[in-house]
Amino acid sequence: MEQDIRNVRGRIADIQRFSLHDGPGIRTIVFLKGCRFRCRWCCNPEMQSYDIQTMMMNGVPKTVGRDVTVGEVIREVVKDRDFFWRSGGGLTLSGGECLSQPEFAIALLKAAKDEGLNTAIESTAFASYDDVIGKVLPNLDTYLMDIKHMDRAKHEAYIGHPNDLVLKNAKKIAVNAKRLIIRVPTVPGFNDTPEEIGAIARFAASLPNVEELHLLPYHRLGQDKYTWLGREYTLPDILPPTDEHMKMLLRVAEQCGLRCQIGG
Amino acid sequence: MSYTIYNAEKTARIGRLIDHLFANPPQIEADRGVLITESYRLTEGEPIVARRSKAFYHILDNIPITIRPDELIVGSSSVAPRGAQVFPEYSFEWMEAELDTVSTRSADPFQISEETKARLREAYRYWKGRTTSELATSYMAPEAICAIRHNIFTVGNYYYNGVGHVSVQYDKVLKIGYRGIRREAEEALAKLSISDSDYAKRHHFLEAVIRSCDAAILYARRYANLAAEQAANCNDDKRRRELEQIAENCRRVPENGAENFWEACQSFWFVQMLLQVESSGHSVSPGRFDQYMYPYYKKDMDTGRITPEFAQELIDCVWVKLNDLCKVRDAASAEGFAGYSMFQNLIVGGQDKHGKDATNDLSFMCLQASMHVMLPGPSLSVRLWNGTPHDLRIKAAELTRTGIGLPAYYNDEVIIPALISRGLTTEDARNYCIIGCVEPQCPGKTEGWHDAAFFNMCRVVELVFHNGMDDGEMVGIPTGDVTQMTTFEEFFEAYKKQTEYLVSLMVNADNAIDVAHAERCPLPFQSSMLDDCIGRGLPAQSGGAVYNFTGPQGFGVANMADAFYAIKGLVFEQHKFSMAELKAALDHNFGYGTVDPADVEKVTAEIVKGLVDGGQQVDAATVAQIAKIVSENTLNAADRERYRAIKQMIDEMPKFGNDIPEVDEFARRAAGCYSYAVEKYDNPRGGTYQAGLYPVSANVPLGAQTGATPDGRLAYEPVADGVSPSAGKDANGPTAAATSVSRLDHFNASNGTLYNMKFHPSALAGRAGLENFASLIHTFFDKKGSHVQFNVVSRETLLDAQAHPEQYKSLVVRVAGYSALFTTLSRSLQDDIIRRTEQAGF
Repeated sequence: MEQDIRNVRGRIADIQRFSLHDGPGIRTIVFLKGCRFRCRWCCNPEMQSYDIQTMMMNGVPKTVGRDVTVGEVIREVVKDRDFFWRSGGGLTLSGGECLSQPEFAIALLKAAKDEGLNTAIESTAFASYDDVIGKVLPNLDTYLMDIKHMDRAKHEAYIGHPNDLVLKNAKKIAVNAKRLIIRVPTVPGFNDTPEEIGAIARFAASLPNVEELHLLPYHRLGQDKYTWLGREYTLPDILPPTDEHMKMLLRVAEQCGLRCQIGG
Repeated sequence: MSYTIYNAEKTARIGRLIDHLFANPPQIEADRGVLITESYRLTEGEPIVARRSKAFYHILDNIPITIRPDELIVGSSSVAPRGAQVFPEYSFEWMEAELDTVSTRSADPFQISEETKARLREAYRYWKGRTTSELATSYMAPEAICAIRHNIFTVGNYYYNGVGHVSVQYDKVLKIGYRGIRREAEEALAKLSISDSDYAKRHHFLEAVIRSCDAAILYARRYANLAAEQAANCNDDKRRRELEQIAENCRRVPENGAENFWEACQSFWFVQMLLQVESSGHSVSPGRFDQYMYPYYKKDMDTGRITPEFAQELIDCVWVKLNDLCKVRDAASAEGFAGYSMFQNLIVGGQDKHGKDATNDLSFMCLQASMHVMLPGPSLSVRLWNGTPHDLRIKAAELTRTGIGLPAYYNDEVIIPALISRGLTTEDARNYCIIGCVEPQCPGKTEGWHDAAFFNMCRVVELVFHNGMDDGEMVGIPTGDVTQMTTFEEFFEAYKKQTEYLVSLMVNADNAIDVAHAERCPLPFQSSMLDDCIGRGLPAQSGGAVYNFTGPQGFGVANMADAFYAIKGLVFEQHKFSMAELKAALDHNFGYGTVDPADVEKVTAEIVKGLVDGGQQVDAATVAQIAKIVSENTLNAADRERYRAIKQMIDEMPKFGNDIPEVDEFARRAAGCYSYAVEKYDNPRGGTYQAGLYPVSANVPLGAQTGATPDGRLAYEPVADGVSPSAGKDANGPTAAATSVSRLDHFNASNGTLYNMKFHPSALAGRAGLENFASLIHTFFDKKGSHVQFNVVSRETLLDAQAHPEQYKSLVVRVAGYSALFTTLSRSLQDDIIRRTEQAGF
């Protein structure tokens, strides 16, 4: 059984050690390839497609995507075990959407738990609860869940899918996850009004067991990658929100009674 | 020990003191140089230790004194703020030659008046043939002098200057004053019998100690009188009362033991400053200030005599004074020690001699003081161990986050056993402090000679490739023709033998300088505060201290690790190219900066045109000379491409700093080659050699004297910094790099290792950032790293990198999900990151 888990294969874009903003402590993030959302502000566009792609980085080709086994990933992750132990950190699965490779994600988390590691995922929860999410939770310490908008139509317009499944899953995850943190990418022109943030915060506060909400300010740091992929960046003109604006939104969010912070 | 954290505010006085100190560039003053010359002229023929103490007395009796506005702690070695005195007894030729250029040089310029120049030129007439450097040269073996000339190693620090690198018994002066030390010397004198075989030497030394104590007492009294005089003429009531108290303090200390915290601060400062009037050595290190000052603070707090706010202000005043001292180095050394630094290392926290945690209120106040003054001095350090309070780790992280590069972190769990392995008692090892950059020692008992040399490992490999020859001269020993070598181990053995030989030359040079200091510049004042000089009747320079070491530094560990790994893999395992090809590639700098034979005329013409356009006269002889140099640098296109391809293959090999055990093992072997060679030797003071692994900032200027190396490093580029990975080669982030560095034998390099990490402030933002940062250090120390310090990249650095991208080629920043070289990003992206730096907004 043990060996079976370690032999499960999946496709990753990258493994990044010393990540500080995606779960508690010093963490290693494994970025899984593939996501069904097409968020227009996405800072990891090279991870949206499941296919192995070539990015032309300033004229230098870079292959994104490689197939690995769970065992190979875990061997890399445990290298920082001592740092995890001192800091309360561990493994975070991100992407892409890590749940888009359910068998691989479930096996990774199980194998990490077998190694005694703290686990987290950064996920949109856009997946079947019974077939996928419910099977992830037993080996998961922290679920960092994105909720981007409460308005169904606007969600669909900017992301490619309506928000019904996400909101429905949020309620189930809140009941069954060890710890759920709601994260809101705060994007000017999309969801950065007090009304929109307030609506998300009220929804988050209505979920049982949820204590924390993170507002993640939009940034343009992934913009070059669109060019490297030969794609168009469809939000070329918006600027990151100002500090003052973010603080105002933070105060709005805090009114719902959750512990709120700017950034992860 | 329990503690309270007060976080007192910075007072307006501290801001004014700093403004005053930095209002003008530092300048050179002639007084000390002139006074010592006067005294030496009068004491010809007397025992050297007597002459030294008489000169010290003469200087302190006559050197101009000053009290700066707002000062609570007084005592300045120069009238001008941050002035530098000169020390012709060590060397003077370089200074005489540089008198007219010292004000305009690029690294650490000093202003100097025509009058000062004239007074110094007059004084220098006396010194020809009388300096330590001249005597040292005459003691050195010709082979060692040859190796120095070829830049294999440099012993310049103590060759041309005092030794410094000491931490004296501050606690003893605070407790019994110079009157008490004088009494000890008198008692030792009384015990001597004039028929003792060593009577003459002991007698003169003890008398010199007494005279030096008298000089310090006299000097403090001059300040007492000056303060009283200024008080009498002061119209501001508040300042008048301060001056009266200063006068009172200087009348009491350092002659007597300190009665309260203010007196203790004043007494400390006189000790610290006067050590640097007696000798020009830098790295005179206050050491465990939070420990020896604590009884005076505690007593004042218990009796309600002092508030935490005023105690903080006094400490802040001491911090400012530590920046009032300055020293002129020769132009080349100034490059290696850039930043007017005095390396006065002051350390807080750690264990007491019983192995219990020693953190107290002052540990926090010292960190706070560095946040208040935001100046390079003191070089603040923190000792950490598994019993360190979490609060101290966090407070230290807060200081790191300010971006001033302080504090440096030290690991008790490595350093204490390392010192015990060098012969220290457990109690003395637990009481260690840090000298200068990163060198551990037991304070008050050690003459450590911690900065004895810089040994360039990259130059050794160059000699190996040329069978001991450099520039047409036999500098090393023949270790075989590399092109005939058939195994990697054969090559490594050659490197090891070459290292061992060159280390023996370095030891010869260091011992020559050591003897010269003992004979020409004994330091009775410093020795009066080092155990057991009075008991042995010997100055520290002749073996009076309990512990005696010589610590020369090797640097280039990462370059050698990467070079060995590449040679082993590419030449001997994969047979991608031969040793002969590699040698040719190195000799031609991997095909970079060379000229195609067909282009010699064209390139020559371009250079000449450039000179003419720049307004220079170019005669036929110059043109011929340029043509000759250019033609010596020719390379046909095929060879050029091949050599570049070799570099490309080397560049693609795994590198030290990425948590790859096979590569990291070579770093350990490279470092061991050097440190095991060094530790075999004894020094003239009855102690032993111990290696360090760090270059201060010398990796840049000394790299500029080094040809291409087999790790793919091009000629004249900087050598790797300390035990850090080569710049930009650590691609897996700080945990991987730290893990690689921890694989070195930090116990064996007991004179210190230096690991420099660079951080973007976003990594330290918020409480969680501080916690994670503290955890990173904690884990590196769990893995038996010895030292780490941090450069936090500031907004200013990023702006400067935008303006001067060529100087920041390896500056790494974190961009969404990946790390990038800052200078390769688009302007708008750079602006975003700069903005993000501000947002981290501590």
